[in-house]
Amino acid sequence: MSKRKKLQSMQWKNAWRLHKSKYLMILPFAIIFLCFSVLPVVVALILSLTDFNMLELPHFVGLENYKNLVVNDDIFQIALKNTFYFAIVTGPFGYLLSFVLAWLINELPPKWRALLTLVFYAPSISGGAYMIWGLIFSSDSYGYINAWLLSWNIIDEPILWFQTAEYIMPILIIVQLWMSLGVSFLSFIAGLQNVDKSMYEAAAIDGTKNRWQELWFVTLPAMKPSLMFGAVMQITGSLSVSGISTALAGFPSTDYAGHTILTHLSDYGSIRYEMGYASAIATFLFFLTLFVNMLVQKLLRKVGE
Amino acid sequence: MIVFKAIKHWFARRKVTRRNRALGTDIALIIVLGIFGLFSLIPLWFIIINAFKPLNEIFIFPPKFYVINPTLKNFKDLFTLIGNTSIPFSRYIFNTLFMTVLGTFGAVIVSSMAAFPLAKYRFPGQAFMSSMIVYALMFNGAVTAIPNYIIMTYLGLVDSYWAIIIPGLGSTLGLYLLKNNMIYIPDSLIESAKMDGASEWKVYWSIVMPLSKPAWITLIIFSFQGFWGNDGSTFLYTEKLKPLTYALGQITAAGIVRTGVSSAISLIMLAVPVAVFIISQSNVIETMAASGLKE
Repeated sequence: MSKRKKLQSMQWKNAWRLHKSKYLMILPFAIIFLCFSVLPVVVALILSLTDFNMLELPHFVGLENYKNLVVNDDIFQIALKNTFYFAIVTGPFGYLLSFVLAWLINELPPKWRALLTLVFYAPSISGGAYMIWGLIFSSDSYGYINAWLLSWNIIDEPILWFQTAEYIMPILIIVQLWMSLGVSFLSFIAGLQNVDKSMYEAAAIDGTKNRWQELWFVTLPAMKPSLMFGAVMQITGSLSVSGISTALAGFPSTDYAGHTILTHLSDYGSIRYEMGYASAIATFLFFLTLFVNMLVQKLLRKVGE
Repeated sequence: MIVFKAIKHWFARRKVTRRNRALGTDIALIIVLGIFGLFSLIPLWFIIINAFKPLNEIFIFPPKFYVINPTLKNFKDLFTLIGNTSIPFSRYIFNTLFMTVLGTFGAVIVSSMAAFPLAKYRFPGQAFMSSMIVYALMFNGAVTAIPNYIIMTYLGLVDSYWAIIIPGLGSTLGLYLLKNNMIYIPDSLIESAKMDGASEWKVYWSIVMPLSKPAWITLIIFSFQGFWGNDGSTFLYTEKLKPLTYALGQITAAGIVRTGVSSAISLIMLAVPVAVFIISQSNVIETMAASGLKE
């Protein structure tokens, strides 16, 4: 055993001697990555097993937090349900939208392509631009939707969009879709431009008759890496909605209709200071995101096989 | 007659340029594109025109898609407000510039330095580190907010610029994009430089960096967007350390009396990152071409 360890340490010494400058180049990134990405996950994991509340020293409570989360916390059930509902609609739909629009834009002349890329991408880059939806769906008669519906005599009095539980989720989904053409959309645009043109010609000789066959037999297989990357970005984004919910529907929203895992997390983390419990929620979300990503990666690998 | 000829000519050309494309589907798809284009554009359009509407037009019933009497009053009011803050407004601008420039510059150096060996060499730990980066992409910053705060406190960085700058240096997305782009740099270039006696550092600085310019310009954009959108509220308490985004947010938060000024601010908040993106669009697209996740 100790002989093996000795051998191993010799191997690492050797590697260090041979590749010293490479390790040194990676070092700054590695330190920051360890301190602000790996260590926080470990700390969250440990804190989730305690009753830490920022005031007293944390006590070890075992899996108590997780038990409460799953069994006793009714609000968490709502948050979980909302997050899944939200992610299942905006995740795949936003992903599809990103791809289809990128695919449509790809056939346009370069100037139109650049312009439309900008129009579709712009909502996602400007942090607070979604606040305009607060004005569009405002609950008084100045809200744009209400004003139009009133002036066309479709309704008699303004609809309280963000105060009515049934409307909150659908509106948040619309807003999220509006913002969902982000990094993955750009990746698709770039991926499409890089598909070798001669592959389409070769496929046409082999008998592709229309754009749909080209899409299935040439474009999609050639874009597989971009598709996988886009999926990671989209899933992670759609599972971590909180900003737009708090900003538009308020906190807490009517009947918790806009409550998500992340708003639940910030409720316990930055309002109630129950850090142990909040950490359990964070750890849960961390593994959920990882799990869904792995699952989708597995599915996407099958495309074109 | 001329019109008829033009249409005939257009159809003849179309047959050559749009082989395998049915006209009906072309039209249907352009309509789809138009619908989603409008969905994307209309809210942006309102942000733009609201900034130039006088107050009575912002509250006009029903709302209009155009401005009747365009005015710069909202922007003038904003400048008057800015002139009266307890801390000179230039301080907020300085804070944002300082954090953004230093943070972005640092992110480019730190990420590209790590990306180069991971992209171009095989050595013990390389495969492990590369796969860690892919997992880290699946990672959501909000999950680690509490531990990050505790760690920042231990490091004594809370309420200083560094609490914002340092975590931004380790951009996983940036490292990932840089690495995927550097893979395409020909090995022969690196080897011939080494034959001439260049060290790894020299190769990195004078060969790899110039050749991956589109990639690090893209990182600059993403990093800029990150810093621009960060109002620093978690880590910065001292008023004179706070960034522009925070100050503008405070003005908006004053509510309905500031509606005019708020719409001017919304336009500024939107226009800056969009302008930066327009300038560098071609670089970004070139970089994203290599963003794919390989098995």
